[in-house]
Amino acid sequence: MKQVIVKNLVKKFGAFVANDHLSFEVEQGEIFGFLGANGAGKTTTIRILCGLSAPTSGEVKVATYDIYTQREQIKKHIGYMSQKFSLYNDLSISENIRLYGGIYGLSRKAIKEKIEEYIEKLQLKEYQTLKVFDLPLGVKQKLAFLVAIIHNPPIVFLDEPTGGVDPITRRQFWEMLYEEANNGKTIFVTTHYMDEAEYCHRVSIMVDGKIAALDTPEALKQKYKADSIEKVFIKLARG
Amino acid sequence: MRIFIIKEFLQIIRDRRSLLILFGIPVVQILLFGFALKSEMKNVHLAIFDQSKDAYSQEISRKMLASGYFILDRNLANAQEMDDVFREGKVREILVFGNNFGEELEKNGNAKIQIITDASDPNTANIVYSYTQAIINDYLMEINATTIKPLMINIETQMRYNPELKSVFMFVPGIITIILMLVSTMMTSISITKEKEMGTMEVLLVSPVKPWQIIMGKVVPYVILSFISAIIILMISYFVFLMPFAGSLGLLLLETILFIVLALSLGVFISTVSKTQQVAMLLSMFALLLPTILLSGFIFPVKNMPEILIWISHLLPPKWFVIIIKNIMIKGNGFMLVWKETAILVGMTILFISLSIKKFKVRLE
Amino acid sequence: MKTILYLIQKEFLQIFRDKMMLPIIFAIPIMQLLVLSYTATFEIKQIELGIADMDQSVTSADLISRFKASPFYIVSVIKPNYQTLEEQMQKGELEQIIYIPTHFEQDLYKGSEAPIQIITDAINGSAASLMSAYSMKIIGNYNKDFLVKEMMMPKEYINIQTEVSFWYNPDLNYKTFMVPGILVLLVTVIGLFLSALNIVKEKEIGTIEQLNVTPIKKYQFIIGKLLPFWLIAMVDFIIGLLLARFVFMVPMLGSVTMVILVAGVYLILVLGMGLFISTISDTQKQSMFISWFFVMIFILLSGLFTPVENMPVWALWLNIVNPIAYFIEFMRLVLLKGSTLAHVYHLILVIAIYAVVMIGLATWRYRKVA
Repeated sequence: MKQVIVKNLVKKFGAFVANDHLSFEVEQGEIFGFLGANGAGKTTTIRILCGLSAPTSGEVKVATYDIYTQREQIKKHIGYMSQKFSLYNDLSISENIRLYGGIYGLSRKAIKEKIEEYIEKLQLKEYQTLKVFDLPLGVKQKLAFLVAIIHNPPIVFLDEPTGGVDPITRRQFWEMLYEEANNGKTIFVTTHYMDEAEYCHRVSIMVDGKIAALDTPEALKQKYKADSIEKVFIKLARG
Repeated sequence: MRIFIIKEFLQIIRDRRSLLILFGIPVVQILLFGFALKSEMKNVHLAIFDQSKDAYSQEISRKMLASGYFILDRNLANAQEMDDVFREGKVREILVFGNNFGEELEKNGNAKIQIITDASDPNTANIVYSYTQAIINDYLMEINATTIKPLMINIETQMRYNPELKSVFMFVPGIITIILMLVSTMMTSISITKEKEMGTMEVLLVSPVKPWQIIMGKVVPYVILSFISAIIILMISYFVFLMPFAGSLGLLLLETILFIVLALSLGVFISTVSKTQQVAMLLSMFALLLPTILLSGFIFPVKNMPEILIWISHLLPPKWFVIIIKNIMIKGNGFMLVWKETAILVGMTILFISLSIKKFKVRLE
Repeated sequence: MKTILYLIQKEFLQIFRDKMMLPIIFAIPIMQLLVLSYTATFEIKQIELGIADMDQSVTSADLISRFKASPFYIVSVIKPNYQTLEEQMQKGELEQIIYIPTHFEQDLYKGSEAPIQIITDAINGSAASLMSAYSMKIIGNYNKDFLVKEMMMPKEYINIQTEVSFWYNPDLNYKTFMVPGILVLLVTVIGLFLSALNIVKEKEIGTIEQLNVTPIKKYQFIIGKLLPFWLIAMVDFIIGLLLARFVFMVPMLGSVTMVILVAGVYLILVLGMGLFISTISDTQKQSMFISWFFVMIFILLSGLFTPVENMPVWALWLNIVNPIAYFIEFMRLVLLKGSTLAHVYHLILVIAIYAVVMIGLATWRYRKVA
């Protein structure tokens, strides 16, 4: 089953074309890497897929729903973690979890279980009542991811989820992603860490609003005769 | 440092909407005060309950309506209507002539008019009553012209400083003060707390820039903006409302800068005690603005307030600044007559700056 | 419904997490109501008067004694020297000067005109006209008595007595008039600012993104934002009413239940307006400015300080969209005069329609999609 189908997606801001006729598909259970330099149009695409921004033209289906007519249906079936940390800094960990659990319609009991499960996962037992503000960045990002999938959506979109954290924490974060992918969750992730791109099942590389390449990391490296995705990227970006 | 100031400036100027309002507020306020808020009464709705309907009662009613102060809301047919008329809210006074008003006046040379005013607004009730009495007195002078001698004491009244009794004379000093408080205190406290809230303050603090430089960078653009606002108000009051400019412009501008610095240091102080923009705004708004309006003597005279409020008003910077502006601008006084007030403002500035420095240091430790 | 409850819980947690908020929302307004209601008085008393008595006669002393006896005046200096008095006025120590020239007594007895000058500090124009009227009245009365006593003027003439009754407030207590108005002002400011800063704060910090990708309905979002502030403002309002009743002894002639119900509708209007401002602003600063701009105009034109009918026609036109004006009028009519539904239904109707419009605008402008 295909979780994302995009055909000829165009997004313009005035005269500026942020997304120029994008077409791609993402399979169920796949970790799909969305690469590109800053300003290449990654965030624009991810915002459109999440229903935060309306496309100018093109065909988009997410979790089998149409982006033009079934936006609210889509929202029930996706998770989203934005580039900027967007949980409430002045609420505690469990208060944040409870809020989003409640919004997604989880039962009181389910919310309680989620809180326990997440606290356990993040090993934060003693910090439960701490304000999110006081947590280290790495923990915040893991929490944001867990909150994004609190309603167990089939697909989750992550916009540069590991910006600014150390390699070990990034590693742990990716382990969490793998675990979810193994459970059948589709993961759509943008990043500009090229080593992370190697972990993806497939990557697409965006340059100036267009998709310049799309394949498995191995295939891309072969095709562009490079020994790392980083080199592939540099080749493409320089044109 | 320069780069900092320029960055702040650009940020402020780029936000067109805020800028428009920043300069729009003083203009709109002064126009409102100047043109819309008049304390002399006119178009007072009057109801007349004339049970006599004779030549005298009708002449008095006619004179009331011809005075320009009153307009006839309706004639009442019975006493039960009086309560209703007031409760609908428009009518402020009811004139009641008894059954045989004119008859008694001719027979006894003496008759009574009942004046009922809506004193839920006591101030207006009083004024309306005194207008009515004046009109009736005039009428009496007219019908007694042959027996009463005119007054011999010839009173010449002189309205010093403001012969036409324009309300802008009161409001201009008040509005300048409010605007300077608003722009300087609120804006600085907000823009500093914003950096805190967004977490960008830490970035600045670890940079080689010194804390006082950061603060200066925040503050200087607002000094300039506030100053421009003050000048706009002065120009409107001079060119539109034809206010005089009796004293030294240089001295007034210097005092204005002093007050701006005071307001800014207060703003910095507020920002050291508040964590979020919301708190900073509400603090500046509530703790400062309403008291500024009401205790600076710009709508209500401070002198007539209870003792304790007079004391509180002494603690508020605006009060002293209003006195300074009135003295220089309207009375044309020199520095010798405002040095006391100036010294108080300087003292307050030093106080707020040292308090903020103390707070700031505590936080860094 | 459950979703809304979670949102409300979250707002409350956030509001009260900041320790400064509790005093700001409750203590400061209450203090302000207590303090500011006392400030709002136009009464003129204790006028600082200086008299330049150049005549130094029995008659002039007699006239001066009239001023000393008046409750409105404090005769602080009497000097046969105008110059020093003038300087004192310049310094702000005197508000009024009365100049009695030489030959004052002589002129009076000769039966010729005797001039007197009243000089009033008129920077505050309305106070000045009152002060001037007071002194003219004192001098005029003195003149009449002088005529009757010394010049044998007949006492009999046609007279019309005026008998005044001050309804609803026979003691002319200014506070009962101001308290309802200031209460309206305070809850309006609290409600408007809290709501105007709210959504835009989430925009500025970025938390709104996370809400926008959830299947939350627009109306749930707006209600979740509105209700917490509505409750806070209602609590403020009711505390204010209690203070008005028991501290300021404001008579509550009309139905207090009706006042509270209409206040509930009015607050929906105010909060809707605040949320609308919040949705059209990009930053908290901007939103605060827009709110401040409108609140300022609304307050000044509301009739809180100066009667509405004195304003020019264009100001009355502006007042058609001034929510504060409607609600202050309503409060004063019902509380102070005991107006009933039949007298004020038109005000209630306007407030209700306005509330619906504002909530509609806020919901319409809140976009989950950019």
